[in-house]
Amino acid sequence: MRFRTPSGMSRRHFMHHMAGASALTGSALAMGHSITTHANELSRKRKSAILLWMGGGPSTIDIWDLKPGASTGGPFKPIATNGNMQICEHMPMMAKNMDKMSVVRSMSTREADHSRGRYYMHTGYVPNPNVTHPSYGSVIAHELAAQRPELEIPPFVSVGGGSEGPGFLGMAWAPFSVNASGQVRNLDMGITPDRLTQRMQALKLLETGFISEDRGISAKEHAKVLDKTLNLMTSQQMAAFKVAQEPDEVKERYGENNFGRGCLMARRLVEVGVPFVEVNLGGWDNHQNIFTTLENQRLPTIDQAMSALLEDLEQRGLLQDTAVIWMGEFGRTPRINGNTGRDHWARSWSVAVGGGGLNGGLAIGQTNEDGTRVEGTSYTSEDLMATVCASLGISLETTFTSRSGRPMKIANSGKLIKELVS
Amino acid sequence: MHPVKLQIPFHNCLPLWGALLFAGLIGSFSDSALLAQQEDDSQLRQVDQINKYIRQTWDDYELKPSVEATENEWCRRVYLDIIGRIPTVEELKEFSADKSKDKKQKLVETLLYDDVYTEEFVRNWTTLWTNLLIGRTGGMDDNSMVNRAGMQKFLRDSFARNKPYDKMAYELVTATGKTAPGENEFNGAVNFLIDKVNEENASLATAATSRIFLGLQVQCTQCHNHPFNDWKQQKYWEMNAFFRQVRAFPGGMRGSNAAAELADQDFNGESGNIDEADLFFELRNGLIKVAYPVFVDGSEIDRSGYVNVVNRRKVLADKIVESPYFSKAAVNRVWAHFLGYGFTNPVDDLGPHNIPTHPELLDYLSQEFRSSSFDVRKLISWIALSEPYSLSSRRTKTNQSDDPLLGEPPKFSHFYLRQMRAEELYESLMVATQAAESRGNYEQQETLKSNWLRQFSQAFGTDEGDETTTFNGTIPQVLMMFNGDLIKRATSAKGGLIDGLVKNTKMDDKDRVDYLFMAGLGRKPNREEANLAKQLYQARSGDMREALTDLWWVVLNSNEFIFNH
Repeated sequence: MRFRTPSGMSRRHFMHHMAGASALTGSALAMGHSITTHANELSRKRKSAILLWMGGGPSTIDIWDLKPGASTGGPFKPIATNGNMQICEHMPMMAKNMDKMSVVRSMSTREADHSRGRYYMHTGYVPNPNVTHPSYGSVIAHELAAQRPELEIPPFVSVGGGSEGPGFLGMAWAPFSVNASGQVRNLDMGITPDRLTQRMQALKLLETGFISEDRGISAKEHAKVLDKTLNLMTSQQMAAFKVAQEPDEVKERYGENNFGRGCLMARRLVEVGVPFVEVNLGGWDNHQNIFTTLENQRLPTIDQAMSALLEDLEQRGLLQDTAVIWMGEFGRTPRINGNTGRDHWARSWSVAVGGGGLNGGLAIGQTNEDGTRVEGTSYTSEDLMATVCASLGISLETTFTSRSGRPMKIANSGKLIKELVS
Repeated sequence: MHPVKLQIPFHNCLPLWGALLFAGLIGSFSDSALLAQQEDDSQLRQVDQINKYIRQTWDDYELKPSVEATENEWCRRVYLDIIGRIPTVEELKEFSADKSKDKKQKLVETLLYDDVYTEEFVRNWTTLWTNLLIGRTGGMDDNSMVNRAGMQKFLRDSFARNKPYDKMAYELVTATGKTAPGENEFNGAVNFLIDKVNEENASLATAATSRIFLGLQVQCTQCHNHPFNDWKQQKYWEMNAFFRQVRAFPGGMRGSNAAAELADQDFNGESGNIDEADLFFELRNGLIKVAYPVFVDGSEIDRSGYVNVVNRRKVLADKIVESPYFSKAAVNRVWAHFLGYGFTNPVDDLGPHNIPTHPELLDYLSQEFRSSSFDVRKLISWIALSEPYSLSSRRTKTNQSDDPLLGEPPKFSHFYLRQMRAEELYESLMVATQAAESRGNYEQQETLKSNWLRQFSQAFGTDEGDETTTFNGTIPQVLMMFNGDLIKRATSAKGGLIDGLVKNTKMDDKDRVDYLFMAGLGRKPNREEANLAKQLYQARSGDMREALTDLWWVVLNSNEFIFNH
């Protein structure tokens, strides 16, 4: 092996060359130019999804499907919205944006444990000791990233939380986890591009040697993640994480908190073509003092950030191509417990979903008068996932092969929620 | 160095076990007595038995095991798994130089018993158990009553004295006292439960105690009968009833350093009759049912809520350590620590719905562990000296299918590649780069390390405090290995390892390159790799110091380094 930096090559181009991204050839200047035009052409067709993940299991009976007057109803009152439904009085800004979102009030699932519910709602599958399924973000990134070779940063970003992993799709499709400040640590090696290139070539030799000794899948995955990291380190697109660069009034509109900044970052990432962004807000596991926590903390936070995100996406013409999903691992018991809290409840609860061409402004399905069961057709994680995938133009006939060779249909063969797509 | 004694099991707990089990024990007793006569002194009876059971599975599945790992690979493994870091070049050399037949056994004993390694052994197992008992983030939050240093002090003392595992578990389950070292009535063990008893009627204490010490997942049955599990809601609340006589008292205002205290207190019962102190729970159909403390095996206890009549946690702890699940859960976890996978997946779910891959071996090791008076070091030595642990991670055509990543239950016919834990990487870098000397005292070292570790921690936002790590083979980890401060310091040309190598006039350049490969990977470079070093030397215009910096960076970033292989 001989180290050589070809003359006339830019650092950017060379890094790409190193990382094996053979799609990019030609001079650096021409390449920069073509990316710009290409991006403009694509921006209208480029689909993405943003998942607002409510860790802990949000009390949807107090937010999207109120039961005023019922013994289970709690103190909150419903208010009218610009959609065809009422929602909680503590969501006034969302009330003006419900034309963009629909509420599925007939979710009925079986997993009422945090880790099982998190897994199930992220993958469409219940946990299984013999196979790890890919999460929403990994599936959608895997399906959409190939269509956008100009994307240099990870196609699945998780802000302020862990999400679920890539399962059998492999570590190259794992969520890239960042905090809401958007400061990605350890980006700079502090050496010249030449020298970085030489190090990477040398590293490749060691990696390949170890892989050739057939010690299992993980050794290969490591090499793939090295390439992705190198790509990202040298990309101009990393600017999308710099949420601090937004004007003050925009930051204020989203809310000066981690979730607000996370939602703002999600918009910036979607703008540069990231197919899937997950923004995490925890603190929904309200086994006690639920109503004061919701009224004073959780609801103002989501009301502000979520309404800002929807308005912003719409104003930028991105909403039509960006599905927005709001959900947690399950809902909470209609019964109010002795600590003025609600416990885990999966049998009848709500999610909110819109954008990406899905119908907004609808209340889909219903629960009975005290919210303890779904009346009529109920929906599952699989159905929601199938509907979201369809909205992004991903075929529901897509089949993955697990590592053991077992074929698995995307979204676990969920059925479309027709009201959202017709 | 302490010799490992052969021990004939003495089943002093026989009366507690059922007639069926009795017959089984007699069986294993006579088997092992016979074997003890046959084997030569250098091989432990338990190791033979492990090998026998594991080979049986290979035969059943027509698998041929991989060849043995190289001596250095095996040596790197035991250092990582027993004391939590890779071996130094000098330690590798010493192991190579030993030509005796029982050199592996000697090394395992040295790591377990020699004073030179006590601190590192204790640090490693304290770290593992701290993460298990209170999580990687336990005690870091403003709202937490946990004193992490207090938890670690308890564990450090336990592992340093080789406290029997049943005693350690008993102390953790029954602890009362203050959380912080230096306080009157300090008892570090309280940190396990201090954050888990006050809210939701101690549901976290119920779930964590069952999961960690019995390998039983009960949390789902808090609200409903488990669909795939024999556990019923009633059982959950009967278990929960053991945790109704305990309360945590915060020591001071949030953020203040005053220690919290865990204390026993009488339980009046939810219907107010303290002699029959009951609790109520709601079935999903709305029916209300009553529960009293009943252990998982169905044994009932006095229903009094008075602590001085019956201390429910103490009764529970007694029942836990007598339970067959207790020893199985421990063995399964230690096995998984060394072999990468337990006999069940997940490792802490031994419920009847989750059949172990090697049930007889799990039973056998659990009984041996119990017979050894729950001696964790002995359990470690049996597993570390076993045949499956000695195999190469290189697979063969015939055993490629034995891969848990393919969804196959593990058969242990080759060593499964696995990434170092973040703590192992940290300690390995400290030693490999010879930065360990300037680290300060134990507390300062731990603080530095946990500050570094915090960058990888992520919480899920639930009340259960579950968490995940980005030190999992994804981009943030690679960025840290590429560019992080720790790596920058490790590869710095000034001071430290590289400087030492360059200044060492007894070494030539080839020696220096060999040294870096040995320090990071436990082997010499092959021809191509040696050639690489020469090219780096040229690329750095003949500056050996800078070339070695590049090379060391490359070694540390390789898959071979980060994987325990």
